[in-house]
Amino acid sequence: MDFSVLQFPGSNCDQDCIHVLRDVLGHQADYLWHKEESLGNADAIVVPGGFSYGDYLRTGSIAQFSPVMNAVKKFANEGGLVIGICNGFQILCETGLLPGALVRNRSLQFLCEQVYLKVPTQESPFTREIAMEEVIKVPIAHGEGCYFAADETLEKLKANDQILFQYSSADGEITDEANPNGSMLNIAGICNEARNVCGMMPHPERASESILGEKDGLQIFEGMVLHFQGVPISKEEASAAC
Amino acid sequence: MKAKIVITPKKAVLDPQGKTVQAALEQMGYEGVTDVHVGKYLEVDLEGDDAEAWKPKIEEACHKLFSNPVIEDYEFTIE
Repeated sequence: MDFSVLQFPGSNCDQDCIHVLRDVLGHQADYLWHKEESLGNADAIVVPGGFSYGDYLRTGSIAQFSPVMNAVKKFANEGGLVIGICNGFQILCETGLLPGALVRNRSLQFLCEQVYLKVPTQESPFTREIAMEEVIKVPIAHGEGCYFAADETLEKLKANDQILFQYSSADGEITDEANPNGSMLNIAGICNEARNVCGMMPHPERASESILGEKDGLQIFEGMVLHFQGVPISKEEASAAC
Repeated sequence: MKAKIVITPKKAVLDPQGKTVQAALEQMGYEGVTDVHVGKYLEVDLEGDDAEAWKPKIEEACHKLFSNPVIEDYEFTIE
């Protein structure tokens, strides 16, 4: 499988993503400069974390107008797999590929810590390998990670099962104490209605190897690969693997 | 000619900056401050003197770039 990892001026998690996709997962992964107008042979797009365009104006606001994003929009609308991580999530929201927006953490502090995430659904390429109701541990590193959406958007997200990750306690309780940034409904990640575009604030690429302490994040990339290969979702297998 | 654009967070959006500034005002002894919202101000220099012709363009730029309508409101003048 061929992954393309976008690079904007100010992206800084692009190399981590390439490392995980190539060296840990064993797939093809290449950088794609933001001025490119074509995605080439990419089978999936990773919009990595960082501070694209210095976060000027609003996080992700300038990156949405990079030439490569027109190609990403077309690719996503045709069903291509896209995952946006951290600043990538912010960019996908600004682009309109995902609903809502990310605003300043309620504490006003940049947060760099491990969090627990409850995964409410397996019905997506990104969460299919994570056992039902499992709690995963993945780090966050952001100043603007507070998810906001209008009430009717939140209702739609719930009704369509689009909430993929929620900040929780270690035992999976969705509480205000477990919410690091003030996100509505403790949302840490969502997908679009068609379920081929995912955005998440936590960094799965930083939790994909035992040597780094955690490898829960790898299941997200593995799910994308299996989806691309056309392997049907097997709930039993996912449970057994854990 | 200049477009002067003011962007403010929507009322429904958490505005921790505004709350922090309000707390500082209270600390300084100002009484009667009921709310503070921190937004952005932009000045955009424009060619010519046809404000009416610029209006729809600035409106579009406000909607697409200067603000994010999900979380922010905007208003502008051209003079």
